[in-house]
Amino acid sequence: MTISRETIINIVLALLLLAIPYAAIQFGNPFYVTLATRMAILGLAAVGLNIALGFGGLVSFGHAAFFGIGGYVAGILASHSLSGAPLNFGVFSVPGTNQMPVIWLVALVAGGLLAAAIGAISLRTSGVYFIMITLAFAQMTYYFAISWPAYGGEDGLSILVRNQFPGVNTMVPLNYFLVCYGVLMVGLLVSALIRDSRFGAALQAARQNEVRVASVGITPFRIRLVAFVISGMITALAGALYADLNRFVSPSMLSWHMSGEFIVLIILGGVGRLYGPVAGAMLFVMFEFLLGGMTERWQFFLGLILLGVVLFARGGLIGLIAGKPRHG
Amino acid sequence: MQIALFIEQILNGLQLGVMLFLMAAGLTLIFGVMGLINLAHGSLYMVGAFACAAVAAATGSFWLGLAASLAAAAAAGAIMEVLVIRRLYDRDHLDQVLATFALILVFSEATRWLFGSFPLYLDIPPLLQGTVPLPGGSRYQLYRLAIIGVGIAVAVGMYLLITKTRLGMRIRAGQSDRDMIGALGVDIRLLYTVVFAFGAALAGFAGALVGALQSVQVGMGEPVLILAFVVIVIGGIGSIKGALVGAILVGVTDTLGRFLLPQLFGLMMPPSQAGLVGGALASMLIYIVMAVILAVRPQGLFPAMKG
Repeated sequence: MTISRETIINIVLALLLLAIPYAAIQFGNPFYVTLATRMAILGLAAVGLNIALGFGGLVSFGHAAFFGIGGYVAGILASHSLSGAPLNFGVFSVPGTNQMPVIWLVALVAGGLLAAAIGAISLRTSGVYFIMITLAFAQMTYYFAISWPAYGGEDGLSILVRNQFPGVNTMVPLNYFLVCYGVLMVGLLVSALIRDSRFGAALQAARQNEVRVASVGITPFRIRLVAFVISGMITALAGALYADLNRFVSPSMLSWHMSGEFIVLIILGGVGRLYGPVAGAMLFVMFEFLLGGMTERWQFFLGLILLGVVLFARGGLIGLIAGKPRHG
Repeated sequence: MQIALFIEQILNGLQLGVMLFLMAAGLTLIFGVMGLINLAHGSLYMVGAFACAAVAAATGSFWLGLAASLAAAAAAGAIMEVLVIRRLYDRDHLDQVLATFALILVFSEATRWLFGSFPLYLDIPPLLQGTVPLPGGSRYQLYRLAIIGVGIAVAVGMYLLITKTRLGMRIRAGQSDRDMIGALGVDIRLLYTVVFAFGAALAGFAGALVGALQSVQVGMGEPVLILAFVVIVIGGIGSIKGALVGAILVGVTDTLGRFLLPQLFGLMMPPSQAGLVGGALASMLIYIVMAVILAVRPQGLFPAMKG
């Protein structure tokens, strides 16, 4: 078996991301560890979106909803764990927790349920309608978070102490990076398994030719809904990690700028590529940091760069280096 | 008193609806004719508001400001179309979303560069200051009534433009078959630029009108843009009639929801809690309405020929 150029690039990207924090500590710039953690987390969120957008061709402009709900799961459970007050659901109540594995599980379930609800309605439509409806639903969660004061409302919710992972001191930046990097790798593995499975083949076929897929007896709606739910779950998990990185959750995690950013990450890296989201996140965080260091007006230049990429460099970074994918 | 308050809320809802129509009409026209989804439409709204505020501050005349808002937004729209948008017509929606998202970043930051981060204020022109009496004894701002009137006039004007004029005929032809009207010798590139600039002028006009009610600041276009999306999704993308019905529906539903829902919940629970639940639900109401409408009619209320 020959190794394709894309595989080599993927391995290099994975190693590069892993090397950043070690190099940062070596050269006495521990701040870069946080930057690398941001890359890993945003990369994971985009890996989630890539399953819907890249493989399934479902341009969701509302993935901030899932990112945010993951963040709020982490924030709310942590605040209840700190105060000791149980969470009331009317008939029953559960205690809060500061254990990441539990939080992650809850974030996955919450993200999945929300994605099932949003997807069930949105996937009845397609094209521009789908883009706008997912955007509108994300805005709905955004306004809900702002107007619901129990967990901070507009001001957001602080996580005083970063949640814990068994056997790891997560307050050490390098440790937390490794946790996030590990989760990212699992996310990429899931993404690769999906892409290469029968399910993934059907999903990608439905993107290319819906009628043909339907004519061989596969319902595109069901496949897309499952893909959308998995996609939302992964992005929600990234949201939980992001909340713990900043030790802060606010409605801005749910804002439509966030959804736009995820799409940007995927396009920068290369749509439908396994490592596209990771490449995009690394590039984006780097741009943001470098431009932010040079000028206050970095968003202006970021906008121009994005315009340039859309108009002139189709295929993103991986497309530029690895050439066209073998299957469109 | 309650009745007067109710009428006031309905008028507020109409005023919001009319504003949304000005935004949504441009968006839906651009989508209908060129098949383009333009996120930067909110930026044109912002351009209009800033142009109006700046010119009004410099000359002391709101009316000159209003004229400037139309000119500035149309010019910004035409430049945007020629430099960027024109290259996107043949691309998929993903590219369009991303490129116009990038345009938002550029426009917002450029505006902040030019005008600073502090909001500008725009006064209601003297002619339209003051209030008019409403049945039930309360009074209503004349300016808001004027906005409703202007909105209705624009809606009628657009109807006449599209059904009765040569330009309108070309726009309708562009909506149903763009290759054919190109083949018939209509300069399609020019038509596209004109339509885009026209939509931009409507957005800028809306921004200027609202600028006198709210502060003029960077980012002001984004909430309106998203509401306008909800409007055209409800109305059926590409349909101007749908945009009008959707805009009024969204405007009135949103305003009445914020007014009535807390009171409704007040019948069932203590006032403080009712305010909370009612307020939270009211902020989500139009999205719920949208979801219900789409569940019944996935193509919106007035499906246009193209999805």
